[in-house]
Amino acid sequence: MHFELTDEQRSLRDEVRQIVAAELAPNARGWDREAELPSELYGKLGAARLMGLRLPAEHGGRGLDLRDASIVVEELARQDGATALMLSVQNLCGALVLQAGSDAQQQYLPKLASGEHTAAWVSADTLKATQNNEQWILEGNAPYTINAGNAHLFVTLAQPTGDEPTQALLIEAVSKGLHIGPSDDKLGMRACNTAPLTFEALSVSADSVCGEAGDISAVLDQHRILLAALAVGLARGSLEVALEQAEQPDASGQPPAEHQSVQFMLADMATTIDAARLLVRRAAWLADTGQPYAVDAATAKLFASETATKAALDAIQICGGAGYSKDLPIERYLRDAKFIELEAGSSQQQRLNIAQSVLSA
Amino acid sequence: MDFTLTEDQQVLREAVRTFADEVVAPQAAQRDESCAFPTELRQQLAEMGLFGSYVPEDFGGSGLDILSYAIIVEELSRACAATGVVVSAHTSLCVDPILTYGSDEQKATYLPKLASGEWLGCLSLTEPGSGSDAGSASCTAIRYDDGWHVNGRKCFVTNGGEADVMVLIAVTDPPAKRHRLSAFIVETATPGISIGKLEKKLGINCSSTAEFVFEDGVIPFENELGEIGRGLNIALATLDGGRIGIAAQALGIARACLDASVSYAKTREQFNRPIAEFEAIQHKLAEIYVGTAAARRLIERAAWLKQNERPYSAEAAMAKLYASEMASRAANHAVQVFGGYGYCKDYPVERYLRDAKITEIYEGTSEIHRLVIGRELRRHPERVTAT
Repeated sequence: MHFELTDEQRSLRDEVRQIVAAELAPNARGWDREAELPSELYGKLGAARLMGLRLPAEHGGRGLDLRDASIVVEELARQDGATALMLSVQNLCGALVLQAGSDAQQQYLPKLASGEHTAAWVSADTLKATQNNEQWILEGNAPYTINAGNAHLFVTLAQPTGDEPTQALLIEAVSKGLHIGPSDDKLGMRACNTAPLTFEALSVSADSVCGEAGDISAVLDQHRILLAALAVGLARGSLEVALEQAEQPDASGQPPAEHQSVQFMLADMATTIDAARLLVRRAAWLADTGQPYAVDAATAKLFASETATKAALDAIQICGGAGYSKDLPIERYLRDAKFIELEAGSSQQQRLNIAQSVLSA
Repeated sequence: MDFTLTEDQQVLREAVRTFADEVVAPQAAQRDESCAFPTELRQQLAEMGLFGSYVPEDFGGSGLDILSYAIIVEELSRACAATGVVVSAHTSLCVDPILTYGSDEQKATYLPKLASGEWLGCLSLTEPGSGSDAGSASCTAIRYDDGWHVNGRKCFVTNGGEADVMVLIAVTDPPAKRHRLSAFIVETATPGISIGKLEKKLGINCSSTAEFVFEDGVIPFENELGEIGRGLNIALATLDGGRIGIAAQALGIARACLDASVSYAKTREQFNRPIAEFEAIQHKLAEIYVGTAAARRLIERAAWLKQNERPYSAEAAMAKLYASEMASRAANHAVQVFGGYGYCKDYPVERYLRDAKITEIYEGTSEIHRLVIGRELRRHPERVTAT
């Protein structure tokens, strides 16, 4: 058992912190207001090899394991949840193509790693795929698809008719029958584009199949771990900002941190954030060492996301009026955190999955 | 970052779990009723080596690491929380300070018998007028030519009813503002020391909670533990370690709640199906499970820090704070899952609820832990907000 970061992990973390300080921290508020990430950000993150965290160096990525990737995502989210979310989904798509893609399909990877192309993960119960000769015909809607607005590649989960399991199809943006609707106007994660998709008799060749149920669930479990790390980053942001604010003397001349009621909230935030981070690390370690990790991924995602929302609420409470104002980033952390309780399976779904696992153990 | 349990730790967990299921669990309800800790059980715990877990082998212990000790307390507590605290208080609150602060002679005199379980240990710190405010103790130990004369009362001493040895924290310099307290190793058989009240409690009933009355008990000089005047530091540092034990106790209780709830939910049928099929029940099972997972991570980290001689006070406080409140939530869920039967003594979950509550109180209340953590956050924000 060992709880320290290695020197390499510390270097990685520090490197990402510098990038985040330079590129994200000064701009996140503006991007949230405009509900858009600037196009040059993708290339910058690509040049820093963060768009392909899990992709091997030969494709232009960093080849990080999940433990290291979770460090990166936490640091990104500390300053901008929207960038961290966009990048996480980019990496989710890349991970599936890496794991299950044919040689031809792996040709997509270098441009995903460089940030030249973005990828969207498309998943909805209503998406159906019917096989017709060597073609798959897709029909249905997928609302709130992350990265849809400017994606070049859509990793699309479709339900074949009958009892066959879900499979993933790689669909390029300019495809007849694929309509991308207007971008969603959201509470949080505003700068991370989401848009509704409509598939009307979209036809793709059987070559587009990339990954089966096992591959899909594996990369989704990994994605949950990184979403949990994202939530930890947001929560940490709330705690750090609240702690700093609480040490400033208020109108009475005393720092709010002198009050037990404030100390108690800070203590609870720190405790749950540490627990959340440890759950993320363990889930990542299990995945990295080839052990079963689905329940741990669900546990981490559930716990970290609810921790992040609560931490932001309490941080606003500690900071009072300033916390309620956009002058402090906490209100954005709150809005961003809420999304993680919904994405990749709601908290309710995570509880049901965990319970099924506990009941069948 | 590595979460591997060694093979020894896994084997230990299996062994203690089996022992707990076969030896500790069967009479747990009866002990809760009788409020007595049987000598036979104490001997069986001793034979398993559970009283000397991290005492070095040189002193007759098992030479295990801190996490192994936490595993022991957790597995025992899953079967019987009171049994868990008997071992935890003995180890963390009596053995540990002797191991940490004792002279070679003191260690040689006391550790082998404590490690073997021949002697049971306790910590006499709390007084009727001094609980969270440990520094306000008033039981005095005044230096005479023949030793330290002790007068006063200590209360809420876990293991006090059976203990052979105590670590005593007493006031050696009453008018001083600092360095008022000192620590001593005291044999309970010393003339002038008697057991007063034995508390009747809500839970952990077969763990004795005793009052000690000191009427001119004389402690020999060679029983001073650590430097005179350092008693409060010794007490607080000792409690840091105790927190890991209590966190483990709470985790054990929560696991018992989960196991009982899962088992009941699978068999109890209402509306023509096992209640395990209802989301409302699944929700509770998941909540208990997630709570145990989070608590376990915090305990593992605190144990690792203590084992590696890093500062661990805030992390131990986090583990104990979280695990204790989690255990109470888990027990509430468990009683709810059992419904009416959960409220009846025929089923164990009501005992889990009663046992869980004390973990939020002793060895530092939740409020004190929040202050400890808050203070650490303010002093070292960088340490506690980023691994």
